Amino acid sequence: MTVKTSFMLRHVEFQNRVFVASGTFGYGDEINDLVDPNKLGGIVTKSLSWKPRDGNPPRRIAETPSGMLNSIGLANIGVHTFIEKKLPFLRTLKTRIIVNIAASSVQEYCDVLALLERHDGIHGYEINVSCPNVKEGGLSFGTNVDRTREITERLRPLTEKPLIIKLTPNVTHMSEFARAVKDAGADAVSCINTLVGMAVDVRTRTPRLSTVTGGLSGPAIKPIALAKVFEVAKSVDIPIFGIGGITTADDAIEFLLVGACAVQVGTTNFVDPGASVRIAEGIAGYASSNGIDDVGKLVGSLKADVKASVLQTWL
Amino acid sequence: MKRFQTMSVVISLEEIAEGIYVLTLECPEIAKLTEPGQFVNVRMHDAHSEPLLRRPFSVSFVEGDRLELLFNVIGTGTRFLSTRRPGDAVDLLGPLGVPFHIDDTFETALLLAGGVGVAPFPMLRAALERAGKKVITLLGARSGVQIADRRLNNAYVATDDGSRGFHGSVVDLFHATVARNAILRPKIFACGPNRMLSVVAAAARTIGMDCELSLEGEMACGIGICQGCPVERSREGRKYALVCTDGPTFNSRDVVI
Ligand SMILES: Cc1cc2nc3c(=O)[nH]c(=O)nc-3n(C[C@H](O)[C@H](O)[C@H](O)COP(=O)(O)OP(=O)(O)OC[C@H]3O[C@@H](n4cnc5c(N)ncnc54)[C@H](O)[C@@H]3O)c2cc1C
Ligand SMILES: Cc1cc2nc3c(=O)[nH]c(=O)nc-3n(C[C@H](O)[C@H](O)[C@H](O)COP(=O)(O)O)c2cc1C
Ligand code: FES
Repeated sequence: MTVKTSFMLRHVEFQNRVFVASGTFGYGDEINDLVDPNKLGGIVTKSLSWKPRDGNPPRRIAETPSGMLNSIGLANIGVHTFIEKKLPFLRTLKTRIIVNIAASSVQEYCDVLALLERHDGIHGYEINVSCPNVKEGGLSFGTNVDRTREITERLRPLTEKPLIIKLTPNVTHMSEFARAVKDAGADAVSCINTLVGMAVDVRTRTPRLSTVTGGLSGPAIKPIALAKVFEVAKSVDIPIFGIGGITTADDAIEFLLVGACAVQVGTTNFVDPGASVRIAEGIAGYASSNGIDDVGKLVGSLKADVKASVLQTWL
Repeated sequence: MKRFQTMSVVISLEEIAEGIYVLTLECPEIAKLTEPGQFVNVRMHDAHSEPLLRRPFSVSFVEGDRLELLFNVIGTGTRFLSTRRPGDAVDLLGPLGVPFHIDDTFETALLLAGGVGVAPFPMLRAALERAGKKVITLLGARSGVQIADRRLNNAYVATDDGSRGFHGSVVDLFHATVARNAILRPKIFACGPNRMLSVVAAAARTIGMDCELSLEGEMACGIGICQGCPVERSREGRKYALVCTDGPTFNSRDVVI
């Protein structure tokens, strides 16, 4: 049985619903020998800011049970170097390129996006308002619903391409933020960025990260991410990229069932670079063996009584 | 540089010194391409995600299609390695990182190892000898039973407890060696805990010797995509280099440790 794997977002068609998450695939050219990016729905680039950023001092990572904490601090090459050095390679790929933007002011978000708009080879933007590891911008935007709305409102007129807002789970109700960005014209939301977390070295009585706290990712966060996607899907009519701890096709299908229209694979790329492509193939295989001719039909098809969930008290 | 994610097969596991193991793996793709100082990132789980991240290990020696890893058991990952049996599959990503630079104009290589920092030296020493360099090998450990001198004949040994060889640290032994012998056009290659490496780097600067370090540190991906392994650079430009792709070998003048 041939299964339709593609889907549309705004005017852009994506060949399947599996993407690689920002910050876990570089700019695509560092890892293309270990995995074929042309088999993915899309690549979301490492966050870009106007100027290059050095990032935080070491230690930047600490492993935790079934997960990891990171405090990279948005180390990135800056938008100008990206355009000059990375975009030419990305243009040679058949897959879709979503550029992730992180900034420390509303104006910086606008400047980066406006500059990228003048160049070919970009199919959409993901706006990171949710990095837990920088003092300026990051969470101070993403945990403030008015700021999140303002950023979306300011960016929307600058592009006709899909505009995706990447939300933080470090708030009480993600659905409030999803509703705000939908009203401000966003085409989709990405859920979730990392959760603020911490680990301590008892021998030295010091935090295991230089910035004390960091962002938790990996299989450990998958149950939280699923509940967040479910919450947003049940309360706001907006396409969702489900992210958090996906390592297998079954994990990805869980996200589709609870309401994600597509998924992004993150931390798993570090452990098993080929996993994302196998996940894309696995989803198609699941659909086929269940007699489903379009992966889209899985989206939100969870057989669940929302009223049985405590979530319904605020949905 | 070409790299692979591939399944290797365990040939043998041998305890070569107290608590120190050599795991021999058959892995033609990686064995053929590895140069001294490079490492592999080893997956430590199969079905379950615990421990999640791969662990980096220097390739200690290569012979035909086989490569050797040398390690001591300090946590979950290395315990996993120490329980592999012949015929088991081990998922490797490699070869990774920048090899030691052995083509410079030095004549004598001084190899300084602290503890399991000895890991990359068997392969390095063989390559240096093939290149016609004179090699002096200095190994340090807490105690004599922990000296891993397999494939490193005639190494000079220093132990913290004085139970074998020189009583003191490998850096003390280095100073004693340099004071006693006229060493022709030397270059230091050092590997061990970062606090030892920073002492070696300072000593090299003081006496004006060229010095290459193999750094350790936490890694997530080992392939330059997570930005998780920075080391401060001492030169103009970018503030940090990445241990996994710009290193793990660095000239001691280029980094601040
Ligand atoms: C490029 C590179 C090459 C390496 N080559 C070798 C090698 O050839 N042989 C070898 O034995 N090791 C080598 N290491 C170190 C090795 O990667 C770690 O020892 C390993 O990750 C430990 O894994 P684990 O799961 O057993 O320990 P974990 O469970 O991760 O850690 C156990 C405890 O040890 C501490 N610890 C973890 N890593 C280190 C470390 N590097 N130094 C000191 N304490 C640490 C942790 O903080 C923790 O308290 C190398 C590291 C790098 C970066
Ligand atoms: C090392 C690391 C770096 C990351 N960098 C970024 C980033 O630059 N921008 C961003 O929006 N998200 C970043 N993320 C978050 C991921 O894109 C993803 O949302 C999160 O890790 C959860 O997914 P996972 O559990 O599959 O990793 C990063 C995550 C990790 C682990
Ligand atoms: S370990 Fe990921 S960039 Fe070095």
